[in-house]
Amino acid sequence: MLNKYPLWKNVMVVLLIAIAALYALPNYYGEDPAVQVSGTKGVQANAGTLDTVTEHLQTQGINYSSIALKDGQVLVRFADYEAQQRANESLANHLGSEYSVALNLTPATPDWLAGLGGTPMKLGLDLSGGVHFLMEVDMATAMSRAQESMVGDFRTQLRNEKIRYRSVKESGDGVEIVFRNVEDIDRAEDVLKRTYGDYLFNDNEERMSLKVTMSDAKLKETREYALQQNITIIRNRVNELGVAEPLVQRQGAKHIVVELPGIQDTARAKEILGATATLQFHMVDQDHDVIDAVNGRVPPGSFLVNDQDGRPQLLKKRIMLRGEHIVNAKSSLDPETSQPQVNIDLDNKGGSLFSNATKDNIGKPMATVFIESKAVGTNPDGSIKFEKEMEVISVATIQARLGKSFRITGQESPAAAHNLALLLRAGALIAPIAIVEERTVGPSLGAENVELGMQAIMWGFVLVLGFMIMYYKKFGLVANLALAANLVLIVGVMSLIPGATLTLPGMAGIVLTVGMAVDANVLIFERIREELREGQSVQQSIHRGYDSAFSTIFDANITTLIAAIILFAVGTGPIKGFAVTLSIGIITSMFTSIVGTRAVVNAIWGGKRLNKLSI
Amino acid sequence: MQFLKLNNTIAFMSVRKITSIISIILVIASLVSLSVNKLNWGLDFTGGTLIEVGFEQDADLKQVRAVLAQGGYDDAVVQLFGSAKDVLIRLAHRDDVKAEMLGNEILSMLTEGTSQQLEMRRIEFVGAAVGEELTEQGGLAMLTALICILIYVAFRFEWRFALGSVTALAHDVILTLGLFSVLGLEFDLTVLAAVLAVIGYSLNDTIVVSDRIRENFRKLRKGTPEEIINISLTQTLSRTMITSLTTFLVLLALFFKGGALIHGFATALLFGIIIGTYSSIYVASTVALGLGISKEDLIPEVVEKEGEDQEPFPL
Repeated sequence: MLNKYPLWKNVMVVLLIAIAALYALPNYYGEDPAVQVSGTKGVQANAGTLDTVTEHLQTQGINYSSIALKDGQVLVRFADYEAQQRANESLANHLGSEYSVALNLTPATPDWLAGLGGTPMKLGLDLSGGVHFLMEVDMATAMSRAQESMVGDFRTQLRNEKIRYRSVKESGDGVEIVFRNVEDIDRAEDVLKRTYGDYLFNDNEERMSLKVTMSDAKLKETREYALQQNITIIRNRVNELGVAEPLVQRQGAKHIVVELPGIQDTARAKEILGATATLQFHMVDQDHDVIDAVNGRVPPGSFLVNDQDGRPQLLKKRIMLRGEHIVNAKSSLDPETSQPQVNIDLDNKGGSLFSNATKDNIGKPMATVFIESKAVGTNPDGSIKFEKEMEVISVATIQARLGKSFRITGQESPAAAHNLALLLRAGALIAPIAIVEERTVGPSLGAENVELGMQAIMWGFVLVLGFMIMYYKKFGLVANLALAANLVLIVGVMSLIPGATLTLPGMAGIVLTVGMAVDANVLIFERIREELREGQSVQQSIHRGYDSAFSTIFDANITTLIAAIILFAVGTGPIKGFAVTLSIGIITSMFTSIVGTRAVVNAIWGGKRLNKLSI
Repeated sequence: MQFLKLNNTIAFMSVRKITSIISIILVIASLVSLSVNKLNWGLDFTGGTLIEVGFEQDADLKQVRAVLAQGGYDDAVVQLFGSAKDVLIRLAHRDDVKAEMLGNEILSMLTEGTSQQLEMRRIEFVGAAVGEELTEQGGLAMLTALICILIYVAFRFEWRFALGSVTALAHDVILTLGLFSVLGLEFDLTVLAAVLAVIGYSLNDTIVVSDRIRENFRKLRKGTPEEIINISLTQTLSRTMITSLTTFLVLLALFFKGGALIHGFATALLFGIIIGTYSSIYVASTVALGLGISKEDLIPEVVEKEGEDQEPFPL
């Protein structure tokens, strides 16, 4: 019984700790204040932008420590926050609306380390400052939209199959189709079931009708789609803000979390994120008189909307195209007439929809309607109440059958065309959203939190170190080594895992891990003492101490780990932050206290004939 | 160095009737307080607006309250937060005012009422519906955690131990919540995280004790279950004390140095550690003993070679 570790185990311990130390290292270098310049109109910053920025900073006498062009963005680093602020304002004024200029913190990790994939731990909003929004998607609107499109689709299909129907309309939680005879009901059911297998069909021969409702699975899918679509669009909008490492995530059935670290200008962020605008294209109703309609005789199938100058327009109710199918929009000048125009690209579905809708309407005017949903208080059930506002933003003549790419003309000015393109590009939300929760943490408070958290960790650490040395002497020193290694491992792992973010409760989790990591060593050392008391030899005591403490440590840690993992899976926000560091801490502390200390203990006391052990 | 030199077994279990009564009284008192006083739910759960404003010099809270009441916000809770220069304002949820305007309105109101330069340090606006979701999720998290722990312990040990440790956990959680209710301390998400950490800690303690009881049931051929539990508790006592002490030290650092934002967290855990240490000695063992744990329950049917029942060393 000589307590020697095979070489490979020693090498493994050293290697793992060395790797963790390497990836923990970027945290030591910290972050530089920086300013990030990116193009707003889908245009990327290029070498020209780089020159402009460099020149401007030089003429303004603002000192920077480095400037680089990477991934279509110009990144300028500064030595201090004051220079960063000055550069930010000055550049934003100088570059104009073509570019977005954003404050940023960029890791000061040396190149060789960054090359190995080393990055500092991500800090949560409570530590870095920034804004957190929680948004609620208006599911009622999403569902009624899905019903609307069912109506349209059923009409088209029945017409294509030459099945005659009296009416197709929304009714309650589904769509009701009324027929002239029973045979048509059966035929229609057959035809529709082929395409809409996941819908529920109920025929009512008395009323000559077929009621189509969504199955539970389909309902769920529709809600899911609405949420996903909104997330995608919000992500696009966030990118326009030029924030480094934004977070856009779903939470629960109808909520979306948006976190923008480092952003202080909440008004602008809200303007862009909260713009619950959507667009629709309608044909202008030329068969009826607008004045008649204003006087109360609105023809069925049409509706009245005011344009930007407050003039009423009579439009056909049928929606030709919704904004969600737009994938890109750019404003330009028509090379022949020098008139402003907006070029629009659609996705495949939108392309075929639009192509069908426009082929019979060449030469007729089409209106683009801007719809904004605003949150106006809450419903009795606690959900947000929305109100719609509509406005015609452009009327243009269809020149030819339109496909996936087309252009809208008729804008008053290049500026108006530019605005329209911007709105179109920002994407239309499939359902309105409202901000239901908002948290803003100032940068100074964030910095204070980091400092206090670090102080707490340091104090806790010092207290424990002192106690362990006093109580277990040399063995206490070994346990302290393990604790230090444990901290390095936690920081290293936190920096390596892409999704891990350090938050204030996360820091508390580390502090707690420090306290609990000691436990494993205490268990082992107390066992060794027991064995010595029972008169075992020194080597025997060390060996049996480690052996018999193992299953206890294992069980105790696994149960705590189970709790931590459940917290991570079910919890949100601060609970998750706490669970991350706790789970990582448990795993690393098991490694350092069982294998790590054993390696050191073996190296010091193993392989010798000892008669006395001071523990 | 050693705190305890124990040559004799301490008869922990002989006072189990008294401790059981104490525990039951405390649990009932906590439950009563929870139903009468309720918990002082923080913003995270109730919804509303929280604004933290930094003043240049020490703030005059009376004046701040007066200014807010004048502006129609007489429900505002105004308190110092961390230092005399940091003021925390809490407003109940209201429908008619938009969040973004509320923050600005309050700040401009305060700026007019004082000659000082103010800094908006933090603003949180939380909807009430979100609070409900969080309460549900938090409760669900705790319940799931308890069930999974129950299954694991029952599988690794024995069902009597599993019930014992889960009883101990429930005991600790109820008492911690009770403390927050009695003292009227604000219960926010960080406190919830702390309660969950108490579960983790208390569990750790209970498992260590149960593990030793199991080992002694197998090893010692003589003695009644009560004697064996007493021996096990005595053997693990010094470890229990040291671990609790070190964790306590770290939490003290958190309490005094960690800043106002995690004060609630540290308070809950400091109390939880004390309760957790007590419950691992008394509650878990008393329940297992009361359920009639015996040697036969823990001795493996097949005689194994020593060490064979241990988990293989993972590394």
